[in-house]
Amino acid sequence: MAKMNLWDQFWYYLSHNGSYVLAQFLRHFLISVYGVLFAAVIGIPIGILIARHRRLSGVVISFANVIQTIPSLALLSMIMLVLGLGVNTVITTVFLYSLLPIIKNTYAGMQGIDPTILDTGKGMGMTRFQILYLIELPLSLSVIMGGIRNALVIAIGITAIGSFVGAGGLGDIIIRGTNATNGGAIILAGALPTALMAIISDFMLGLLQKIITPKQGLN
Amino acid sequence: MGQVSPILEFKNVSKIYHGKQAAIQNINLTIDQGDFVCLIGTSGSGKTTTMRMINRMLEPTSGEIFFKGQNLKKYDPVKLRRKIGYVIQNIGLIPHMTIYENITLVPRLLKWPAEKKRQQAHELIKLVELPVEFLERYPGELSGGQQQRIGVIRALAAEQDLILMDEPFGALDPITRESLQDLVKQLQEKLGKTVIFVTHDMDEALKLATKIVVMDQGKIMQAASPTELLRHPANQFVKKIIGEERLLQAKADITTARQIMLPDPVAITLDQSLKQAVELMRKRRVDTLLVIDNRRHLRGYLDLADLDSKYNRAKSLADLISTDLFTVYTDTLIRNSVDRILKEDVKYVPVVDHQGKLQGIVTRSSLIDLVYDIIWGNKEEQVSDNKGGEQ
Ligand SMILES: Nc1ncnc2c1ncn2[C@@H]1O[C@H](COP(=O)(O)OP(=O)(O)O)[C@@H](O)[C@H]1O
Ligand SMILES: [Mg+2]
Repeated sequence: MAKMNLWDQFWYYLSHNGSYVLAQFLRHFLISVYGVLFAAVIGIPIGILIARHRRLSGVVISFANVIQTIPSLALLSMIMLVLGLGVNTVITTVFLYSLLPIIKNTYAGMQGIDPTILDTGKGMGMTRFQILYLIELPLSLSVIMGGIRNALVIAIGITAIGSFVGAGGLGDIIIRGTNATNGGAIILAGALPTALMAIISDFMLGLLQKIITPKQGLN
Repeated sequence: MGQVSPILEFKNVSKIYHGKQAAIQNINLTIDQGDFVCLIGTSGSGKTTTMRMINRMLEPTSGEIFFKGQNLKKYDPVKLRRKIGYVIQNIGLIPHMTIYENITLVPRLLKWPAEKKRQQAHELIKLVELPVEFLERYPGELSGGQQQRIGVIRALAAEQDLILMDEPFGALDPITRESLQDLVKQLQEKLGKTVIFVTHDMDEALKLATKIVVMDQGKIMQAASPTELLRHPANQFVKKIIGEERLLQAKADITTARQIMLPDPVAITLDQSLKQAVELMRKRRVDTLLVIDNRRHLRGYLDLADLDSKYNRAKSLADLISTDLFTVYTDTLIRNSVDRILKEDVKYVPVVDHQGKLQGIVTRSSLIDLVYDIIWGNKEEQVSDNKGGEQ
């Protein structure tokens, strides 16, 4: 094995541990997606809320900003103190990091809507809820998706670190590599799929973003 | 026309925005079914505020508004707004909805069946002379004028009979604006809608309105028909907003014979003798006399030349009078008869009421005064002061 170059070693590792890598890949992806999904479920309504009550927006966004500035390893450790080792700690960390981009973008998306359009909706007899789902959400969907996209890329990175608290994922493979002598190929077998996952998800969400953006004729 | 009942009534309505002085101060206004009301005033005079209280986009601070006889507070705001068409200042088409979806928005909120919505959209788009294919397009693919047409028909789509329009044509070029004004007026008359229309353009108001409401600093300065407004502007502000030029121009348009006639023309009753007639002519130094009967009905006129040639043969006034008189009614608009009067080559034209009773005369010189005013300016008092002068 020592005679092979790094690239050959990498393929050799993959061919012998393919199912293991795939399993970690899926696990990694799901941890990230769950965290982002929870953040979306909580963050989008918060974004809508603070767009309606602007006085809240300062407090909420600064709070989310503070979370973002904590180094991920530190946050991970703090949450571990509460939730212990395991996957829940990582999902919670991902959730917390994803809140900011999602809240911020939802807020920005809602703020960016031309007030005369909202006025029209109200003036024509839409209820508040109708204004939300017929006007505000369609018109800010693209910006909100941008936030989710952003969050998912960050989440994939955080999940890689999450292996330190025993959550599994591609980070596990990287740690193995760092522990082995001449583990460069193993590190690569963890790191490359991680990078690939980030790039592909970003691309796919980009496509999705385009598809769900309501047509306005001119773009 | 049947009997007209007020569709809207403002009773002592005031609106004070938080921490500001009153935007609307105690206004009273009645709007009848079928009225085309133009709210006009300088920017900040409270036009938009007044309008938005009607569909409860704003609540009055005090006072009451009645819609179809019922206090607005008794209506559910959402349902109320679906009953009142609203065209806002900046067109306000919803950009991610097609023209079809925009037009049928209120019908959709009212849960009309699909077929009825479709029919309505097709009918309406034809009404504004746009191709049916436009229904599939998005607002961004239409010109400003086309968008505004859609804005107008969207406000009619759910068969609302009260339509609010807030400076709808402000941003359009003059030609498009004119055609849209015609369109709106036509629709309003054809469909019998009541329209409340905010503008700051007096020409627009004069063209469209059946009732003009002039506002300044949250108060109604005057609410009157265009003719009435031009004829009797209530105060200096109203005069200013109408504009000197327009007032003078309008004067020819709205001046009636009664306003410029000289009352008490020299006239003689039929039962008097020829001798009395001649004496009267000599005394008043005139060469014609109007002849009336005992109830002041105009019968004809007596010309000095006829008198001279036929004096010997005639036995009474009735034998001598000429009856081919050109007369105007007291309410005849001078505009409509000035040409005729000047062409007839007579020194004056008798003015009669609709019973044929003599009321006065319009002389060439009073016409000249009027024309002079229109061309060179403001001698308005002089015209009316002329009354009772020489003939
Ligand atoms: N939302 C608001 N908050 C505070 N003041 C307002 C608001 N809307 C209008 N005003 C004030 O009320 C007055 C009347 O405004 P508006 O009805 O918009 O006038 P117009 O439509 O005639 O230009 C103005 O002095 C304006 O500054
Ligand atoms: Mg306004």
